[in-house]
Amino acid sequence: MSGGPHRAPGFTEAPEFKLLIIAVAVFALMAVLAPDRFLSAQNMTSMAFQFPEFAILALAMTITMMTGGIDLSVVGVANFSAVTGALILTTFADPGLGTGDSLMWLSIALLASLAIGAVCGLANGTLVAHFGLPPILATLGSGLVFTGFAIAMTGGSAVMGFPNVVAWLGNEQLFGVPVPLILFAVLALLLHVLLTRTAFGLRVTMYGANPLAALYAAVDINRMILKVYVIAGMFSSVAGMVIMSRANSAKADYGSSYLLLAVLIAVLGGVNPYGGYGRVIGVILAVLSMQFLSSGLNMLQVSNFARELIWGALLIFVMIINTHGLPGLKSLKATPSK
Amino acid sequence: MLTGLLPKGFWTRNETLVAGVILAFCLMATLSDPLFFTVTTLSDLLRASIVIGILAIGAMVVLISGGIDVSFTAVAVFAMYVATRIALAVWPDMPWPMIFALAMFVGAGLGAINGLFIAFFKLPTLIVTLGTLSVFRGFLLTFVGSQRISDLPPEMRDFSRGVLARGTTEAGSFYSIPWSALALLAVIVLTWFMLKKTMLGRSIYAIGGSQESARRIGINVQWTQFFIYVYVGALAGLAGIIHGSVGRMADPFSLVGLELSVLAAVVLGGARLIGGYGTITGTLLGVVLIVLVQTNLIVIGIPTIWQSVTIGLLILLGTGVPAYRAKRAAARAG
Amino acid sequence: MANPDASPTTAPLIDLRAITKRYAGVTALDTVDFTIAAGEAVCLAGENGSGKSTLIKIISGVEQHTTGQIYIDGVKVDHNNPRRAAAHGVMVIFQDFSLFPNLQVYENIAYPSQLGARNRLFDRAAARKMASDVLTKIGVDIDLDTRVEALPVAQKQLVAICRALASKARLIIMDEPTTALTEREVARLLNIIRKLKEDGVAVVFVSHKLAEVLDVSEKVVVLRNGKKVADGNAKDFDTKSLAFHMTGREVPESAPEPLKAGAATLMQVEGLSKTSVFENVSLELKAGEILGITGLLGSGRTSLAKALFGLVRPDAGTINFDGTKVPLGDPVAASKVGIGYVPEDRLTEGLFLTQSILRNVAIGRLDNHTKGGLLDMGGLLSEAADWISRLKIKAPDIAAPVQSLSGGNQQRVSLARWLSRAPRVLLLNGPSVGVDVGSKADIHDIIRDLAKNGIGIIMISDDLPELLATCHRILVMRDGRITDELVGASTTEADLARRLAS
Repeated sequence: MSGGPHRAPGFTEAPEFKLLIIAVAVFALMAVLAPDRFLSAQNMTSMAFQFPEFAILALAMTITMMTGGIDLSVVGVANFSAVTGALILTTFADPGLGTGDSLMWLSIALLASLAIGAVCGLANGTLVAHFGLPPILATLGSGLVFTGFAIAMTGGSAVMGFPNVVAWLGNEQLFGVPVPLILFAVLALLLHVLLTRTAFGLRVTMYGANPLAALYAAVDINRMILKVYVIAGMFSSVAGMVIMSRANSAKADYGSSYLLLAVLIAVLGGVNPYGGYGRVIGVILAVLSMQFLSSGLNMLQVSNFARELIWGALLIFVMIINTHGLPGLKSLKATPSK
Repeated sequence: MLTGLLPKGFWTRNETLVAGVILAFCLMATLSDPLFFTVTTLSDLLRASIVIGILAIGAMVVLISGGIDVSFTAVAVFAMYVATRIALAVWPDMPWPMIFALAMFVGAGLGAINGLFIAFFKLPTLIVTLGTLSVFRGFLLTFVGSQRISDLPPEMRDFSRGVLARGTTEAGSFYSIPWSALALLAVIVLTWFMLKKTMLGRSIYAIGGSQESARRIGINVQWTQFFIYVYVGALAGLAGIIHGSVGRMADPFSLVGLELSVLAAVVLGGARLIGGYGTITGTLLGVVLIVLVQTNLIVIGIPTIWQSVTIGLLILLGTGVPAYRAKRAAARAG
Repeated sequence: MANPDASPTTAPLIDLRAITKRYAGVTALDTVDFTIAAGEAVCLAGENGSGKSTLIKIISGVEQHTTGQIYIDGVKVDHNNPRRAAAHGVMVIFQDFSLFPNLQVYENIAYPSQLGARNRLFDRAAARKMASDVLTKIGVDIDLDTRVEALPVAQKQLVAICRALASKARLIIMDEPTTALTEREVARLLNIIRKLKEDGVAVVFVSHKLAEVLDVSEKVVVLRNGKKVADGNAKDFDTKSLAFHMTGREVPESAPEPLKAGAATLMQVEGLSKTSVFENVSLELKAGEILGITGLLGSGRTSLAKALFGLVRPDAGTINFDGTKVPLGDPVAASKVGIGYVPEDRLTEGLFLTQSILRNVAIGRLDNHTKGGLLDMGGLLSEAADWISRLKIKAPDIAAPVQSLSGGNQQRVSLARWLSRAPRVLLLNGPSVGVDVGSKADIHDIIRDLAKNGIGIIMISDDLPELLATCHRILVMRDGRITDELVGASTTEADLARRLAS
């Protein structure tokens, strides 16, 4: 309960502080390089619409990494559930339908895709917990299966032609705040509370720190792992619905670059890929840094490819700093053998 | 008894499982299409296996050492594209062995970058190679070029035309075995020799078994790891340039995305993520199975749109059966 | 000396003079002299943190001394390093043996020597021959082609010894060599050590439990707080005097209070069996009783304890707790009815080392402090703090990671986790392993106290004095069966040892 009510470690000592500095620095840099465009209200709004879909996937990645696992199927789950939802909409909800009926079908589609996310997560959790597969392989394989289902259901082409209300989820604002951003904020808060204020969250962290000790402490490990992957699956399906709404279509291979991005953001956010440490605030700061960076680069007319280059470089740079601290860059020889 | 002649643990090996699935696949395919089991199919299968095979052997070496590499496709495409561009710019008639050496050199250089971060900065291998995957690709597309080049150096085209054997079957279908099959063979022999016969190769297994123990008995863990990533980089460079030559196009967007299939092949072949285990036979069987599924699924009556599901299920089965068996064994041991 | 070739004028193999080692201001070793000659065996004793591992690291070149001199074969060595030490034949066998589980026996044995010879190619035939020669030399028969992961612990240790010999070891340093061995295996090990000594190989045993190896040793060196506090002929030491020198005090122990007459039966185990692990085990535990279970390693004692807590699923039998059946093979169910289990290996099984002391205690009580789905942090904190003061855990800060504590305090944290759940039966596996002698007595007091308050305690241990000092009854296990039942007060250490090994 570090960071709990007692003896909160100095905020400047926390690893997240470095991230805050990075986020502010990137923001400042971009504001200086392209002041009128980067700081414009229009840019702020468009950023707020862009990042939630992959940020939600990063949250899903975070909770699995906390247990020392990983979920390489997040994008597969997102597309599988989006395709399912989309097929329900295109089959039953004619674009000409009234708002009330459209809303009803949208809700049904949402529920169906959440259910798909939960079932996919359950499958992942079962493979990891009951069959003992390493999470990397379990989710690598299941990710292909989920994507494969999406391909098989659609023949590989995009599903489109939704009623207008569907666009609301990804493109509208509620009290001036973009709806996807609200969704992300709600999920981030939920995950934060889950990880820090519930028995389940504490068990997840401690299991990640030492799985064997968790077994000896009579933690119901299988149940916990199942829950972790179900949560990751449901978060992924929310991301899938946001992507569907923003693209106004669903397809088996949307967002294929998001997998790397989700891992990147989680690690960038200070989540220990071996388990046992991770904070939502770190992930949020990492998301913001990435978004500022890519929007800024966009305005500077930097290509998408250069963005990929910078993301990768940033990931490695942050890992070096997290592992060795800044002096680690100077004195290679002094690295501890741990 | 037959069992007595077989190596220890034959029936529980991954190799046996994968070979069984391949046999079953071929049997089903032959039943539904008697023309399946022909020289033509075999030579097609071989041709499709060359690039994946070379990449898989590299990925296997990394897995044996206890690491994982997902950047090798980016290395391959980077090396291929850069070598082609250099050849075109400097000496368009450059002999193909030189172009190949150039690609392997570039690949080794990129591998050295991976090796630097993994061996000397001690960063987790998955994270490093995820990062370099996008760095290499991003650098290539931003600074080197994003145009497809179909006007390859003539020597590369000559290489792709070279065949070891060709002919027509009685049924009238055409088959050929390209030069690149020799490259795969060379990689197999070289890697087999290194892993089995050299101290370096044994130290790769040792590091995979226990890094701490390896350090204690005086293995130079850092340099060995560094070497592994350089070696894998060079193999990726070779696979990349073969891919470019045979496809008669230097496409900077190709190959990336293949890494999961390659890893699937290696893992199916029995290499373990924890390191220390992996055989060339197993890896090649894994490659054959993946290629079979990618190219011939329709023959056994499964529509091609189910290909992804099939490969996914194979990975889950191939890794799930041994994992579940190990779990049960651990529970029995008390 | 045992070595016939060593003339009295030969310089000692290793001669450390006035070695001092400081780490960032902390003195780990303070002007320690240490000498060992060829063919000699020395016991290096000391509690955790006494400086014995630092001394080993300096001899083997892993760490550099701050002041003092090292002479190897009479030649002063200024910059010792692992390679140089190995070239002189100094080999350390660590507690985990540092073998390669995925490689075969012969490769494990012969690979390092080929590495030392700077070969480029691995000579498989030579490796097999070398391995089988060394195995023959020490008179052990292990299949050369088995992967090391498939070997039992004792054989792994023998492989490690063979590996040192294959690398031309002249001094073998063995870190805690006997902890994982049964008495029979220890006897075999000692025979092998005698053979090695005849060949002029010197041996250093490093341990905090050395009584077993005194037989084959010439000298004893005891370290305490980085200083050499005793040094002399092995014949002049026994378990008691070693303990005295290691701790610097005599530790009196009081016997347990007799069990109250008419105490209720808490737990009843009938016919518990698991193929080739344990067989037809039946036992009964009363409230307030301390029941010892002992046996050699491999006798099934640890598996039985795990089975009682559901960590191992038995094939047959029943466990009744207070009249209701406990589901087998389910630790969560076992803990719910009120059974607790404190494991043997604190560092890997017992504690979450990187997590705070608070969390390590609280993990068992999370559900009890959940209100409306959320944790009551204040409640958890005050409860944990209460247990920390009741068990006298010396901790600077409840939010500090548990790895910052000493062994004894860590064990108390492990205890506090279960005590806070108010268990009615507590299984303690090796409760004082790796704990200093002072803390050990405190932990025994805590155990006796718990029993006085009506908790049934099952204590699994191979520390016979510990069992005698705390238990009302002692069950002896051999080959998976309970072979003896002794009343604690009516037996002696010698009697118990005889029953264990016969």
